Amino acid sequence: MTYPRNDHGIHVPMPNARPGDSADFSHHAIPPAGSVPMPPVDVAPADIHGHAFTLIRVLDEDGNAVGPWNPGLSVETLRQGLRSMMLTRAYDARMVRVQRQGKTSFYMKCTGEEAVAVAAAMALDRGDMCFPTYRQQGLLVARDWPLVDMMNQVYSNSRDRLKGRQMPVFYSSREAGFFSISGNLGTQYSQSVGWAMGAAADGDPRIAAAWIGEGATAEGDFHHALTFASVYQAPVILNIVNNQWAISSFSGIAGGERTTFAARGLAFGIPALRADGNDFLAVHAVTSWAAQRARQGLGPTLIELFTYRAEGHSTSDDPSKYRPGSEAQAWPLGDPIERLKTHLINLGAWSQAEHDDLAKALDDEVRAAGKESESYGTLSGGDRPAPSTMFDDVYKDMPAHLVAQRSQAGL
Amino acid sequence: MNMIEAINSAMDVALERDRAVTIFGQDVGYFGGVFRATDGLQKKYGASRVFDAPITEGGIVAVAVGMGAYGKRPVVEIQFADYIYPAADQLISEAARMRYRTGGEWWSPITVRSPYGGGIYGGQTHSQSPEGIFTHVAGLKTVIPSNPYDAKGLLLAAIEDDDPVLFFEPKRLYNGPFDGHHDRPVRPWAKHPASEVPEGHYIVPLGKAAVAREGTAVTVLAYGTMVHVALAAAEDSGIDAEILDLRTLVPLDLEAIKASVQKTGRCVVIHEATRTCGFGAELAALVQEHCFFELEAPVERVTGWDTPYPHAFEWEYFPGPKRLAEAMRRTIEI
Repeated sequence: MTYPRNDHGIHVPMPNARPGDSADFSHHAIPPAGSVPMPPVDVAPADIHGHAFTLIRVLDEDGNAVGPWNPGLSVETLRQGLRSMMLTRAYDARMVRVQRQGKTSFYMKCTGEEAVAVAAAMALDRGDMCFPTYRQQGLLVARDWPLVDMMNQVYSNSRDRLKGRQMPVFYSSREAGFFSISGNLGTQYSQSVGWAMGAAADGDPRIAAAWIGEGATAEGDFHHALTFASVYQAPVILNIVNNQWAISSFSGIAGGERTTFAARGLAFGIPALRADGNDFLAVHAVTSWAAQRARQGLGPTLIELFTYRAEGHSTSDDPSKYRPGSEAQAWPLGDPIERLKTHLINLGAWSQAEHDDLAKALDDEVRAAGKESESYGTLSGGDRPAPSTMFDDVYKDMPAHLVAQRSQAGL
Repeated sequence: MNMIEAINSAMDVALERDRAVTIFGQDVGYFGGVFRATDGLQKKYGASRVFDAPITEGGIVAVAVGMGAYGKRPVVEIQFADYIYPAADQLISEAARMRYRTGGEWWSPITVRSPYGGGIYGGQTHSQSPEGIFTHVAGLKTVIPSNPYDAKGLLLAAIEDDDPVLFFEPKRLYNGPFDGHHDRPVRPWAKHPASEVPEGHYIVPLGKAAVAREGTAVTVLAYGTMVHVALAAAEDSGIDAEILDLRTLVPLDLEAIKASVQKTGRCVVIHEATRTCGFGAELAALVQEHCFFELEAPVERVTGWDTPYPHAFEWEYFPGPKRLAEAMRRTIEI
């Protein structure tokens, strides 16, 4: 295949469709669900190179679970997963509303990508440490972390454990195994490997998992992480969330035209899987497979989760300026919540009426949490952390020059 | 002990006392480091606690940050301070802010050791003094020893500290106290009082300066190699200078600086790094703020020039005793 060159002789990748065009995903080969074999966890990485170029899928177009990667989860687990994904979506919806009302400065939804975080959280142990990006709020939701605590962070209010210092959605919870989020992309990826190496050195059975966007794989830290993970065989799961868009730059700008993102693991000798990120069962299955490898001392796994960012990058973004408005609907792998719902209905374990009731109950839950959190203040009003706390935690003990500056600030 | 042996001894003691201490960096394992600072440590403590790292400074510091978050106490080596820039993001945006951005939930108890400064004809990539870039960053501590005793005690304090510490080692002082005259033979540390380094554990606390020479005519604020240049300048010129060895730049011992300048009424700041926005500018501003009414003369700065470190002209670039003595004299004659 050849690529067009522009007037200056370089090739600048362009997506198939822009605003006004019809969405076009015809260039993506989507193999049938159930068609990819599941190797034993101790497989030699070189023997599964093909897994980096295909797509592991469990749920077929009719919502049935098929093939060797079907994790055979209980109905209860599936319902739990559906609930966490729906709660994540309801939470996102409310927080965007409050951002529009001016109660916080900024928000980022994960619409369409709920399975990426929720299924992973459910496949990992509660003690495993997650090094997420800002679009894995589903990890906290699936680990039953209180929504009020998350909202307090978004509002930078008087109960914000981060004391009003971080951008909204840059959560941190040591207790929930959710590592502090950085605005500098990819930094957590190599840190996760360090955490995993520390655990391995202590004979600690816990493992680490990290997430990075496909755009951020261009960052140096992505390559640092793969080098260290490969060299020291760290017990870490390195996820690449390929949601097609890095703000307005499509995945081709990150090198997605040439090969898959999963293939980036191959040169490091790291086994690489490519999975349908909108398929709760597929994400659960590949995460479990990788977690078993890590726990058995077999080293890292790279997983590309093929998904689609159904909404804007953030509340500051207008995706209608750079992609067709119909693109999310045209995404060939559907919506993770709808697909799991259909699956449960096919199993006779769910109904549309139950679904509607649950959606309503979750909305009420989110609204109640919102009310409570707002009673502790928002960015635009009510209680805030004491401004004098601005000088705390720069160092463990406040040095003399900060004591002096705090007093100079009249705090 | 010479300074390299003292640094080695500090890490030996730290590894012995605390299982969480882990050392890695380029060539630090089997080989023991290009300057031999980690010599013998892998053999003694095993390759899972002292090991070679890939050549990726950003990765080394990032992995240290992650290990620190796990509960380890990583001590990493950046082979030359000039190579610390690829790790700048992990130091500045991550390690420095981890405690702050998490409200104290996580922190980075990491120590980053790195040989710095000129004197080995290393040109631009083996000679720089980047301390001023990092003293500007809230959340980092910066330590620069000038002798073997301090090097061991300060390094142990740095390793035991729960904040990220940059530990810059004056490579010119590794084997002996440099007297600022590049045409004289280097004397070994052996006959120097600071070479009396205890075998076991002790610390030199961060944030405490030392008086390297008492005097009344002018205060010289110095650290690292420049302490020795200042001592040579006082000896050569006969000026009764009081020389303060700052030892740590952040936290800084402002009280010691004030006490000395208020006594002498004069102050010259010396460092090897380039001048503009260097740490000397901060020192001069602090002295002006706190000692203005005791000052008899403007604060002078003697520094490296605002050029990259030149290969062939090290000794023209370098702020030696002659330049310092001239500055002290100008200050005194006002």
